[in-house]
Amino acid sequence: MTEEIRTLYRISYQLRQKAVEMVYHAKTGHIAPGFSMAEIIAALYFSLLRLNPDEPRWADRDRFVLSKGHACPLYYAALAKRGYFPEADLMEYRMLNSKLPGHPDMRKCPGVDMTTGSLGNGIACALGMALIGRKDRRAHYVYALAGDGELQEGIAWEAALYAGNAGLDHLILIVDRNRLQSGGSVSEIQELGDLAEKFRLNRWDTQTIDGHDIPAVLAAVETAKRRAGAPSVIIADTVKGKGVSFMENQYLWHMKAPSDQEYAQAMAELESAVKRYA
Amino acid sequence: MPEALRDVYGESLRRYGLANDRVVVLDADLATSTKSVLFGKACPDRFFDVGIAEANMVSMAAGFAACGYIPFVNTFATFIASIGAVSAKCLIGYSHLNVRLMGGNNGLTGGYDGATHHCLDDINVMRGIPGMLVTSPCDPVQMDWLVQTLIDDYRGPAYVSISRMGAGPVYKAGERFTLGKAKRVCAGADATVFACGLSVPRALEAVDRLRQEGLSIALWDMFTLKPLDEEAVRDAARETGAIVAVEEHSVLGGLGTAVAEVLAESGLAVPFRRVGIRDRYTESGSYPQLVEAFGLGVDAIADAVRQTVARKKGARG
Repeated sequence: MTEEIRTLYRISYQLRQKAVEMVYHAKTGHIAPGFSMAEIIAALYFSLLRLNPDEPRWADRDRFVLSKGHACPLYYAALAKRGYFPEADLMEYRMLNSKLPGHPDMRKCPGVDMTTGSLGNGIACALGMALIGRKDRRAHYVYALAGDGELQEGIAWEAALYAGNAGLDHLILIVDRNRLQSGGSVSEIQELGDLAEKFRLNRWDTQTIDGHDIPAVLAAVETAKRRAGAPSVIIADTVKGKGVSFMENQYLWHMKAPSDQEYAQAMAELESAVKRYA
Repeated sequence: MPEALRDVYGESLRRYGLANDRVVVLDADLATSTKSVLFGKACPDRFFDVGIAEANMVSMAAGFAACGYIPFVNTFATFIASIGAVSAKCLIGYSHLNVRLMGGNNGLTGGYDGATHHCLDDINVMRGIPGMLVTSPCDPVQMDWLVQTLIDDYRGPAYVSISRMGAGPVYKAGERFTLGKAKRVCAGADATVFACGLSVPRALEAVDRLRQEGLSIALWDMFTLKPLDEEAVRDAARETGAIVAVEEHSVLGGLGTAVAEVLAESGLAVPFRRVGIRDRYTESGSYPQLVEAFGLGVDAIADAVRQTVARKKGARG
């Protein structure tokens, strides 16, 4: 394992720790939806994205839309660690008049490119951003990160149809396929079937990877960027709650604050993972 | 035949949109009806037809606005204020994005297409979104001015309720308006009519008829429904002592409701009447038939004003 990869893994667990702290402090919030995307966020924000935290509105930056906006504690932690605002501010999460509300707000939080909250809509927003980027002949990429559950929304497929027909090769959608949604398992609530095939039929390039394998995430994004003439979807198989034993694959941790004991155990497990990648 | 407001809109959007390269235009397979097609033909690289996918269209527009553009989003009012409402509320209003939501075929102007294509609640929906400018122009001069203003001057989210039809004209070429300020169409002492959209030219005809009967009625064009010109409402109540609000919209949540809110909170208990659709679904028919059938025509407006003035006299007597 290279030093870069080791560092990215370490960061993914440090971000998880921050997310647990935030939700524990706020006594409300979403932990497990962030844990399934922790390696993806670490890879994007600490390796892949072209951005400048000193100039959050830099016109040529890559754009990132967290369509599964509820997973924001871990996303906020990444923005803070990347230098958009002080890490101490993370404890404002969900507090009155904070820049870190329950879902990301582009007007309040530096580094947030798009407000999200109504599931599925972020994909359409990213589509709009990618179309404008192409019209203006800009080189930047637009990334959207969606949950698999939110692909039950009709708008996701309206956007997929448009992007495929438009051949928008600077649009990269990552699906955090943790197979759980708020009320239970995706397969029991409304099964999505062969996602890769569905995107292929909409004229997307598709890859399926282990979303917790950082070299695989990096390689998939590089592959997506090399492909011309079609948007790319990276279907990342993940585990909701990944990193804390009692949260893994438990949909009840979709939105739940840990007790004192759960907090202590979660932080200890995450700390040992951080040390593993020291 | 008076010039249809949708034709004026299409031509104004083409003219002012061409001159400002930050303008982008979206439509959902209705461009020949909304008239956004005029811009689309003149400027295909800034025109996006998303197909029959209104939800996607409105959220795409939010993405355009987040990149510094001024998107004009076109479809029928009834779809933009329902399918588009999630994005209008959660993205465009909430993040105060520079999106112009253009609701075509407003009110009953969908005519023969019937109840599913009429729109009686767009003002109500859009008025509930914080920071949303809500407008409904009444004639070609105002329509043209509004499009230019939304491109060159106004910053923030905006909704425009646009008639497929035409009436009037009400204003002379070159007339100027101020967003948020009611425009006085004519002065009067016995009562004041507030109206918006094509109800303005109809109310003007009613007011002219009433003048021949000896009634002096003021008419104000409330083309900005939000922010509402509350001062104009209070002044009218004090000066004329009776108010009638006329709109081609449900009486629930539109202009009449907005005016009533101001009157009630001001303690100005003057005789007041709403003319609009009385909380019911509409029917297929020609536009003039529908206007009469649902009590929005010149006769109905004149009757409402007479009755309201009579209540005022009754209260005094």
